[in-house]
Amino acid sequence: MYLKTLWSSLKFIVLSFLVLGLVYNLVIFGIGKLIFPGQANGSLVVQNHRVIGSSLIGQNFTSEKYFQGRPSATTPAYNAAASSPSNYGPTNPLLIKEIKTNLDRVLKENPGISASDVPPQLVESSASGIDPDISPQAAYLQVPRVSRLNHISKLALISYIKDNTVSRFLWIFGDSYVNVLSLNLEVVKLDHIEKQS
Amino acid sequence: MENEHQKDISKHAKAQSLWNKELIRFSLRQSIAKLSPRQLMGNPVMLVVEVGAILTTGEMFRYLATSGQGSNFIFTLQISIWLWLTVLFANFAEAMAEGRGKAHADELKKMRTDSPARKIVDGKIMEISSSELSVGDVVAVRAGEVIPADGDVIQGIASVDESAITGESAPVIRESGGDRSAVTGGTTVLSDEINVVVTAAKGESFLDKMIALIEAGVRKKTPNEVALSLLLSGLSMIFVIVVVTVAPFAAYSHTHVSVTVLVALLVALIPTTIGGLLSAIGISGMNRLYEKNVIALSGRAVEAAGDVSVILLDKTGTLTMGARQAATLVPAEGVDAVDLAQAALMASQADETPEGRSIVALCQSKYGLEGKSEIDREEHLFVEFSAQTKMSGVDIGARQIRKGAVKQVADWAGEAIEPQLTKYIDDMSRSGSTPLLVAENKKVLGAIELKDIVKEGIKERLSTLRSAGIRTVMITGDNPITAAAIAQEAGVDDYLAEATPVSKMEYVKSVRSEGYMVAMVGDGTNDAPALANADVAVAMNTGTMAARQAGNMIDLDSNPTKLIDIVEAGKQILITRGALTTFSIVNDVAKYFAIIPAMFVAAYPGIEALNIMHLTSPKSAILSAIIFNAIIIPILIPLALRGVKYKAKSAANILRKNLFIYGLGGLIVPFIGIKLIDMLVTTLHLVSLAK
Amino acid sequence: MTWQGVLQIFVLLIVILPIGKLLSIYMYKFLDGGKTLTDKLFVPIEKKLYRFIGVNSSSEMAWTRYLFILLAVNFIGFVVLAILIALQPILPWFNPQHMGRVPFWTNINTSISFITNTNWQNYSGETTLSYLSQIWLTVEQFLSPVSGICIFLVVVRGFSRSNSKTIGNFWHDFVRTIIWLVIPVSFISAIVLLALGSPDNFSPYIVAHTLQGAKQVIAQGPVASMTSIMQFGDNGGGFFNANAAHPYAAPNVVSLLFQTILGMSVPVACVFLFGKMIKDKLQIKPIMAVMGVLFILGAFLMYHYEATGNPALAAHGIHLASSQNYEGKESRFGIGTSTLFNNTTTAVSWGSVAAANDSMTPLGGLIPLFNMMTGEVIFGSWGVGMVGMLAYAVLTLFLAGLMVGRTPEYLGKKIESFEVKMAVLSMIVPSLAILILSALSVAVSAGKSGIFNLGPHGLTEVLYAFSSGVGNNGSAFGGLNAASPWYSATVGIAMLLGRYPMYIPLMAMGASLAKKQKIPANAGTFPTHGILFTILLMGTVLVVGVLIFFPALALGPLAEQFAAHAGKLFG
Repeated sequence: MYLKTLWSSLKFIVLSFLVLGLVYNLVIFGIGKLIFPGQANGSLVVQNHRVIGSSLIGQNFTSEKYFQGRPSATTPAYNAAASSPSNYGPTNPLLIKEIKTNLDRVLKENPGISASDVPPQLVESSASGIDPDISPQAAYLQVPRVSRLNHISKLALISYIKDNTVSRFLWIFGDSYVNVLSLNLEVVKLDHIEKQS
Repeated sequence: MENEHQKDISKHAKAQSLWNKELIRFSLRQSIAKLSPRQLMGNPVMLVVEVGAILTTGEMFRYLATSGQGSNFIFTLQISIWLWLTVLFANFAEAMAEGRGKAHADELKKMRTDSPARKIVDGKIMEISSSELSVGDVVAVRAGEVIPADGDVIQGIASVDESAITGESAPVIRESGGDRSAVTGGTTVLSDEINVVVTAAKGESFLDKMIALIEAGVRKKTPNEVALSLLLSGLSMIFVIVVVTVAPFAAYSHTHVSVTVLVALLVALIPTTIGGLLSAIGISGMNRLYEKNVIALSGRAVEAAGDVSVILLDKTGTLTMGARQAATLVPAEGVDAVDLAQAALMASQADETPEGRSIVALCQSKYGLEGKSEIDREEHLFVEFSAQTKMSGVDIGARQIRKGAVKQVADWAGEAIEPQLTKYIDDMSRSGSTPLLVAENKKVLGAIELKDIVKEGIKERLSTLRSAGIRTVMITGDNPITAAAIAQEAGVDDYLAEATPVSKMEYVKSVRSEGYMVAMVGDGTNDAPALANADVAVAMNTGTMAARQAGNMIDLDSNPTKLIDIVEAGKQILITRGALTTFSIVNDVAKYFAIIPAMFVAAYPGIEALNIMHLTSPKSAILSAIIFNAIIIPILIPLALRGVKYKAKSAANILRKNLFIYGLGGLIVPFIGIKLIDMLVTTLHLVSLAK
Repeated sequence: MTWQGVLQIFVLLIVILPIGKLLSIYMYKFLDGGKTLTDKLFVPIEKKLYRFIGVNSSSEMAWTRYLFILLAVNFIGFVVLAILIALQPILPWFNPQHMGRVPFWTNINTSISFITNTNWQNYSGETTLSYLSQIWLTVEQFLSPVSGICIFLVVVRGFSRSNSKTIGNFWHDFVRTIIWLVIPVSFISAIVLLALGSPDNFSPYIVAHTLQGAKQVIAQGPVASMTSIMQFGDNGGGFFNANAAHPYAAPNVVSLLFQTILGMSVPVACVFLFGKMIKDKLQIKPIMAVMGVLFILGAFLMYHYEATGNPALAAHGIHLASSQNYEGKESRFGIGTSTLFNNTTTAVSWGSVAAANDSMTPLGGLIPLFNMMTGEVIFGSWGVGMVGMLAYAVLTLFLAGLMVGRTPEYLGKKIESFEVKMAVLSMIVPSLAILILSALSVAVSAGKSGIFNLGPHGLTEVLYAFSSGVGNNGSAFGGLNAASPWYSATVGIAMLLGRYPMYIPLMAMGASLAKKQKIPANAGTFPTHGILFTILLMGTVLVVGVLIFFPALALGPLAEQFAAHAGKLFG
């Protein structure tokens, strides 16, 4: 009786591993390839046949020429093969140090602003370490710098931010944000136009 | 006179005041004896407290031996004292309850003495000792002798004084056959002589059982008590773990918590209040029943009484007066009502039965007639009632007046009853009344309606039961029409008419199969099968041995309405337990707010913010919590012994009230109590007041 | 705080209730022999399956037999999973990154974790596991929540049946739930997640050349398929280390919201299903109210504390544009949705995270911790959340029932010493496990060395790990070195204790109740559908949780909150 039950259970489990494991995953894989190839392949951004990243995955922008994203706690920063938050607790001295360092950098790179203008997003690290987005305020704050260093008009940048801000879903869920990679691609484009003209 | 005196003593013993001196002395002695861990095994909560007390006492001596620990010594000394007191208080509560039970048992034991017995063997009488009797022996008992064992009367009729077990001084009649044949060992025959067949062996007599029960009731746990004890043990176990793990957590937080403080926290958290009073509540519940002259043969039955949702009540004697009473007079056509009343009065003047007296009373009160002064034995020739004639009456000279059963009186008169009166008579029979006919000199004057009158206040009592969710069912041998009429008048929810032993038992079974708990009162052998099937079966002490053996409670007063009291007593025990448990558990909230800040303020000064009672110092806070924890037990002893008041109301109402008092009260009271004690501790400077 | 942040809590509940209700109707039908639209498709599959594994799905079982098969399926699943993960370096398929051997303790811990519906992950998916191993994990993500449903059915049948010695047929309950519910819903959800942006491929990790001229390796994999069942089954074990905070796992708030609804649907449905099975819909009112109020309270408080931010910053002179705590949170979710999600996944024994719990403010982090410490009854995981709540109800009724002067009863069943014993046992086991394992961990160096954030926060990390393990939740204060042999072993024990010793007594309670006669209610019965019972039940849940954990919480989150205000840091 018990042996028979164990045998039935074993058969059931083996079948599950085949059907719920292999068959299920392969079928979804096939449907993805057929119907949603873009998403299924990782929402990659391709320029000149070269993958320059994924629109969903943040990139590390350290150059002052570019809009900068969230601080990243991965090693190295924005490591998309090993996502991780900082896990700093609120009374961890490393947290205070990190925030102070980041704040000093933001204040130095963006002259004319004070700490009370800096949204916490810009100095506190993200949960994934590869957060692709920042809030519109964090972007606007960087407009003067990016515009000055790339010689492109602030207005063009501001209007691009405005047009590309994703607002809260149904006006309540989530927060409004703008994709940093997309901003910087625009910067490169505008910069290119600027240079051509 | 002597009977009156005996009754006084027994009543006195039963209604002992809570703070009887001898009882208190006994309880004090017992509370020390109960400190033995073996005694405490049955009460894990208090066992934990005692182990804690031993630990802190050890700590105290360690501090005493170490120099520079004066402040800690003083603190630990006081904590230890209060912990020992906590155990003693709990023991005291239990001993008080046990002491009261024991007093009852002792009282009964006095009666259990060997008495001579006259055993009948082959028609000859042998003098032996009552202890040598065995089941089936037949003994002869004369007036003035003590009945040597429980048994059934098989021959003769006697009046018996049962005051020793019932406290009721009026002698009762015991006769062979029928429902009044059972006699109890230890009771005394007052008149006549009876032959009794012994039905209970030595040590198994009713009296023995009663004594054993009262003594065992003190120790045996009832089902709900077992379940509650489990919950309390589980809680205690959880709190032991909570407190034991505090030590490493504190060590991790670079702070040291002394054994004394850990023990204090543990004792404050475990449900000592209910743990200390639990057995007292159960014992005193049984005692309360005993005070009402009910002996519960098991604690289970008492609890079951609280769960009862259907009560079966006998019509006669329970719902109604039992004796029929004259209610109305209906004159025949052309007869003056006053003439009818006059005739009825005269016919009944010598009738000393309750029915006869009620006719006299009715005629006097309603028709303003004169009473017995007119009786003249010379002139009046009374005709006695006989089973053959089924009528009685009086001959005064030429006047022949008769009253009695309709058919017989009509035959005697030789006159057909006129149709109008026939209709009235039929109506009476249909509604459950008994019609009597009155005739004078061959002429029918009219009818008397004898009614079985519903007892005063029954309807109200039944309706309170209904609001508590208890359905009442009347059992009667009457026909359905009669039963329905009386049922409506008494306000019962249902009735079982033309009841037979089998139909009663089937009814009990069918109600139980629907999931209801059934309570029933019975006295006759024909009630025994139904009693055996009921969850709560109350046998009348006057009942037959069969009924008494089928019951799980004996009502010594043989008062069927007692069932209602029994139900209430059952509920009261449960309510008291639940209320004090809730009180005990929610108390912990305040104790946490006293002790936790005191424990950890050294590690994290910010935690002082949790000291919402603003207790003076860590030591005063902990001591105050422990003192509160200890003294709440004696404060609640009267409540535990008396029980939380119960009024028949819907469950939601009862719960709302009790939750408000014991839940919310339990939350707030300790905050106030601990604060007050802390103020006292601070004023008296009992411990270090350093922050 | 913003009004949006508060409103979304209520909107979520308003959306989830009808979904749960509809789902419960469907579940009731396929579990109780009713007809569903999908029968034509599924019945032949079901029959073939029974024939293949050689079982009878119609014979009623005693609870012990039911339990034996449940344990057999769990145990064999554990063995097969552990073997397959151990074989990772050998099996040649779906391993483009050539992931090597999985450490022994990690394997054991993970296999326990996935059969107990915990999905505690002491490894980081994208750096440890091959795609094939991830696929094996999804199998237990299908099976383990269904075990919870089986436990639920046994306990609820205790109330719905009378005078019954049997408690149902395991295979019927288990197989039908998988075929009728789990497979179709995960299948459809996976496609929705694909459409919303999650990848699903078996490609090697992409090497991107970033705008700034650096190389970025981007992990890939069958993300949509795994995310679907991990959320629907309240497993919470994600493909990536960052779990639902990873932009591939939840590319936008719509996807995250969809996942939230997915994960809450069956726990909410179980409450309705309970009402259907006992044929008394009024009875679910107080249960739903208690769960709802505790859920709202938790979400609101967590949002409040995170929006108010970390008091230590101000104490250290850092005054930003806002005080909101963005450490460990994603821009697209903001504070409101991040906290709502993390509150949801700890109230529901689920464990997926969209923000780092370890970086929450002291009191913000206390909320998910307390959600788990109450025994995962605020909806809880599949079936078992409802079962835990019923255990609370039994204990509540026991005290309240005494107070109305009757042997306590719940739903017409008498609560006697056996039921109390089992309910108390199921309460002792988890609190004992959490406290003792935490105490050991902060006492021994193997445990202390795994703590990442020092001071009171470190104690919280440890408490959180064991609460999560015992609660079969799986979320973490991520700083703790969970991969160390000490935590692999101890959390493994916690997960087992929180599953089997916690719920088997309650199954026994169910079986004992099923044997009893149902008592009809009357005026003397304490009504269990009103506001009074709701308050009592909520009080019991809160008081039990607070009484057991208050000292530990005082030294953890509470001490840290006071310290943070004073600017004290622990380095």
